[in-house]
Amino acid sequence: MRTEGNRNDSGIKKLLTSNEAIAEAVRIAKPDVIAAYPITPQSPIVERLAEMVGSGELDASFVRVESEHSAMAVIHGAATAGARVFTATSSHGLAYMFEMCWWIAGSRLPAVMAVATRSIGAPWNIHGDHTDIMSLRDTGWIIGMAESAQEAFDMTLQAFAVSEEVNIPFAVGIDAFTMSHTAEVVEIRDVRLPERRQAYRILPGMEVAVNAVTVGDARMRARYDLAVDLEKSAEVIERTDNEFGSHGGLVEKYRLEDAEYAVVMAGGWCGDAKDAIDMLRDEGVKIGMLRLRFIRPFPEKAVKGLPSEILVVDRANTGIRGILGIETSSCGVEVENVVAGLGGLDVDVDNFYRLFRKFVDGKLEKVEWLI
Amino acid sequence: MILPGNASCQGCPISIVMRCLDEISNPVLAIPASCSTVIAGLHPKSAMKVPVVHVPFPSTLAVAAGLSEAYKRLGVKANVVAWIGDGAADIGFAALSASAARKDDLITIVVDNEAYMNTGTQASLSTFWKAKTTTSPTGKTEERRNLALIMLAHKADYVATASVGYIKDLRRKFRRAEEMKGFRFLQIHTPCPPGWKFPSEKTVEVARKAVMSGAWILWEYDGKLRLSKAGEKYALKENRIPLEDYLKQGRFSHLSDEEIRELEQKIDEDWELLLRFS
Repeated sequence: MRTEGNRNDSGIKKLLTSNEAIAEAVRIAKPDVIAAYPITPQSPIVERLAEMVGSGELDASFVRVESEHSAMAVIHGAATAGARVFTATSSHGLAYMFEMCWWIAGSRLPAVMAVATRSIGAPWNIHGDHTDIMSLRDTGWIIGMAESAQEAFDMTLQAFAVSEEVNIPFAVGIDAFTMSHTAEVVEIRDVRLPERRQAYRILPGMEVAVNAVTVGDARMRARYDLAVDLEKSAEVIERTDNEFGSHGGLVEKYRLEDAEYAVVMAGGWCGDAKDAIDMLRDEGVKIGMLRLRFIRPFPEKAVKGLPSEILVVDRANTGIRGILGIETSSCGVEVENVVAGLGGLDVDVDNFYRLFRKFVDGKLEKVEWLI
Repeated sequence: MILPGNASCQGCPISIVMRCLDEISNPVLAIPASCSTVIAGLHPKSAMKVPVVHVPFPSTLAVAAGLSEAYKRLGVKANVVAWIGDGAADIGFAALSASAARKDDLITIVVDNEAYMNTGTQASLSTFWKAKTTTSPTGKTEERRNLALIMLAHKADYVATASVGYIKDLRRKFRRAEEMKGFRFLQIHTPCPPGWKFPSEKTVEVARKAVMSGAWILWEYDGKLRLSKAGEKYALKENRIPLEDYLKQGRFSHLSDEEIRELEQKIDEDWELLLRFS
């Protein structure tokens, strides 16, 4: 694919939260149909979009639904008819729409969703971790996780381009509050996306059924094709990276060139971890970070290229282990795994410094929880 | 609209209603998990001569709303039909209510067979009081919900009840819905031979007896509520056939005379309530 107008870096700079940056990106993507239900901390995205639709700044249908299940169902229907679509959610909202997430992926419909990543109850907690977005791993969605408002902006626009090229829905993750509600300088690049493309659309007069009951190998073939195409989307993400801010494709490699120790992480909290890495570097420790910008497709090649000492720091668990810990070790590497920062529990630069020091000193257990 | 040789049971009322879809121009159907899913055909075949979008159980009205919004924006002329039944109005009630409240431009057709039939006749909110189902083996203890009246309370653009026993009336209501814009809702009484336990050749007869005994009321609303000509005379109790005649179904075979009288009283109350809106 080719985009126009995003070659020069002379866009307007604005002070925006990641929520606002995503809303700006959606405005530029010109969706036909937006459907959304409020949930903290995602709500400002769709409130801003509703304002834009109200003022005429954005020419789109904004469907006020009664639940997240219906939000995903409305964009499923609209995408089936051939519309460019967007929704946003968090936490319980994602859990509530989970069924439809499977359907839109299985139907191979392009769609974009922002997820302000928040913990899932019980107990109640509105703060950040990655539990919600990680639940999408099995559905077949492309899952990206931004680290800054700029990256949230760029990734959202890239999401439309990639999703509509590979016919797979695309989720853009931003950390709750530390990104969703924190303002940073964002360069608004006025990208012109290609016209909406998709593998099929359903129109009146067609004698066709989509997603009828399958028997035999039809369902297994559909899942296989989706899995293969999801892997192939890595190439499209890498190829289009320089048109959407040049953030590194599937991963960002931070001070990894000569590293003997590697930290694997994803999401907004990587910034503080990078500061801790800088502190250790100043002390002469050869440590760096592999920041996973994508969870699906999983950056297996980059993981395989890491030095042998690997620490994966997770913000979501499955059983006693972290989810990315399991994902990373599934690539055939040995990892140490720390689960931290659940329910917005603060992990600051000092915490990261002490954690990484412990890792480098060989004093970490195989699996630890930072409580 | 529906090809012969489809997978419906003998005497299936749903396939009768599907035939009437030819009254609606440019239809695009959204069908949730239900008997209609199977009747519409197994992949890679389709028994329908119209486009069908198969969707999860609770999602039909929201998917239909998305289709309708998108067609409107993209300049495609279509009548989106949310085709529900077998309990989809229970699990999908929030989406149905929201769609009606938004006055989405679509037609909702409920083929009301008064239970979850495709999963083996479990009780739904639409199941008749005292009816036996596999989850109410001694008879349902709650009264059925009056869905059409709830849609009227949404001030939907068009609300109608109909019956497979009265095809002319049903087709007229389809035409009326087709002529109008906005949120149009039709609830069609569809007696189910295996689910209700009556012989498969008696579908239409049972449907008629429901109306003639007063157990199913034919009415429509387009800003004003009117009884439909086909069934208006049954507003007067002396014109009705004995309720026992309608209740000759396996699901009611356990009823005592006292329970039948109680049922009759509940039917009288339904009429009384409805006529307050006329």
